[in-house]
Amino acid sequence: MSFMQIKDLSVHYPIRGGFFNTIVDHVYAVDGVTMEFEKGKTYGLVGESGSGKSTTGKAIIGLEKITSGQIFYEGENVTNQQRKRDSAYNRDIQMIFQDSHSSMNPRKRVLDILAEPIRNFMKLSDQEERKRIKELLAIVGMSEDVLLKYPHEFSGGQKQRLGIARAVACNPKMIIADEPVSALDLSVQAQVLNFMKDIQNEYGLTYLFISHDLGVVKHMCDHISIMYKGRFVETGTRHDIYKNPQHIYTNRLLSAIPNIEPETRNERKIIRQKVEENYQQEQHKYYDEHGKVYPLNSISDTHMVAMSGGM
Amino acid sequence: MNTANDLLTIRNLTTSFRIKDTYHAAVDDVSLSLNKNEVLAIVGESGCGKSTLATTVVGLHNEVNTKVSGDIFYNNQNLAKLNEQQFNNLRGNDIGFIFQDPLSALNPLMRISEQIEEGLIYHTKFTKQQRSERVLELLNHVGIANPKRVARQFPHQLSGGMRQRVMIAIALSCKPAILIADEPTTALDVTIQAQILDLLKTLQTETEAGIILITHDLGVVAEMADRVVVMYAGEVVEEAPVKELFNNPKHPYTRSLLNSIPQTHSENERLEVIQGMVPSLINLPREGCRFSGRIPWIDASSHETKPQLHEIAPGHFVRCTCWKHFHFEGEEGGGTV
Repeated sequence: MSFMQIKDLSVHYPIRGGFFNTIVDHVYAVDGVTMEFEKGKTYGLVGESGSGKSTTGKAIIGLEKITSGQIFYEGENVTNQQRKRDSAYNRDIQMIFQDSHSSMNPRKRVLDILAEPIRNFMKLSDQEERKRIKELLAIVGMSEDVLLKYPHEFSGGQKQRLGIARAVACNPKMIIADEPVSALDLSVQAQVLNFMKDIQNEYGLTYLFISHDLGVVKHMCDHISIMYKGRFVETGTRHDIYKNPQHIYTNRLLSAIPNIEPETRNERKIIRQKVEENYQQEQHKYYDEHGKVYPLNSISDTHMVAMSGGM
Repeated sequence: MNTANDLLTIRNLTTSFRIKDTYHAAVDDVSLSLNKNEVLAIVGESGCGKSTLATTVVGLHNEVNTKVSGDIFYNNQNLAKLNEQQFNNLRGNDIGFIFQDPLSALNPLMRISEQIEEGLIYHTKFTKQQRSERVLELLNHVGIANPKRVARQFPHQLSGGMRQRVMIAIALSCKPAILIADEPTTALDVTIQAQILDLLKTLQTETEAGIILITHDLGVVAEMADRVVVMYAGEVVEEAPVKELFNNPKHPYTRSLLNSIPQTHSENERLEVIQGMVPSLINLPREGCRFSGRIPWIDASSHETKPQLHEIAPGHFVRCTCWKHFHFEGEEGGGTV
């Protein structure tokens, strides 16, 4: 049973212009997105830059004002300003950012960075707080002598782990991870991904994993949604998306992933060019006259594709 | 000097940066060669010296804080010994350079046409008319649909993929014999990345240029390269033709890297992690096998005291002898000898 539902979420930015700086049009950054989250699963959100995947994540956590749509958390409507600052929702949904460096205050020590969510949401004595912080460091595999260091003294992978430690400080139910490994080297990326899986298994966390890297998403996610221009073009289980992609856009994305088999690269290039040609020719079948993606239709229990009715 | 097939030969190149009062080698005794009509990929994690190597070739380091030793032969010149004036004749004309971030590499105040023309003004005797024709031709060539309009635009008006195409057009403007591409697609989306890589490949076959492709993405390497050089901590640890490298990797570092790609794993399996971190320039162990610190379960006696590159198959070089005894942690010992 899902503990959180998102219904028809939209985020539109006004474009101002004209004589009195009136609103002339909108940017449809997120345009009618519906999702459900179950405990202990990982949901992937994939798309190219500008597709609205980060905005979706930010809107869910409340960093972006929602234009329309609702978010239900354990049966309660928690959309926008309808919740208190220290509500359960704010505590239970946390976020990991892509650039861990700029998400930490450079003038705070690790001690204070990790203490911040604890001070906000849990009423602990000084000793208990200290104990909790040490626990957190143990969870992310760092020694206690980092407590008095500043963020700039750490490497990228370490900073990302501190970011994760901060996110799990108040035992959240769900973590929104916005490109958590995009800035990291391959071996460090593997470290962080393994580690995210470990704490998921241990604490039954739900992840919303936002990424443009289809290889990483395939490794991490149970359920994947592909986004284009603020709308979902296809959602399904990992198997549905990778083994049986239906939408032409999904196909195009999948064919563009570099593969590490140099033997077959020429064949792949030919396939890629065919898919691209196909994409240019058959666009009208998959997008309406305004270039918008059609609403989602179910083609199996788990698999939904955005296609016009006639297809 | 260059042998018949070589376009660029690098011998014992060392580039050291001054930190406080000592010099630390970021590129340490690297030798390699680039052939005509070849894509040579240089792979490694951040801090391994791959970009430093490329910028040394085109002389982008200031002499006050950098020491360069060794030789870089191109066309019977030694690039390591050139002065700024001589380099200026070379850059853009013989060697084109594509940077990772096109937005910061392009001048925000110049129109696209002016930026592409710059190299032509400097290196060719084209008239104004010929230059503007060449600009449109180049833009057309790199797959820009509306060259006339784009030529009049400024960099901020273009998308990331378009900017990277403009960068490529600039690099190609004087038909260089060597093209150095430093992470050309890292900032781009996968679909655009595929287009840019295909474009580079097509242009390369047409012009028969040699490309040095610097990247950390092994997927890109497998799609593009003919030959691969793997760098770790300033040294070349393995060099092999691309198929050989992916099918038969030998050096522990290469094997560990390949093993940490999510793609090579079945779903939900744990990724292999390389223990420890890349040592910083100052703390780099300069003696013995530099990778030994990250594979502590391998017996110290399997490393060479002064690791050398050994040719173990035609064209396949591996540094140190530890690969013979390497196994992943937790696996049973003994590699294939």
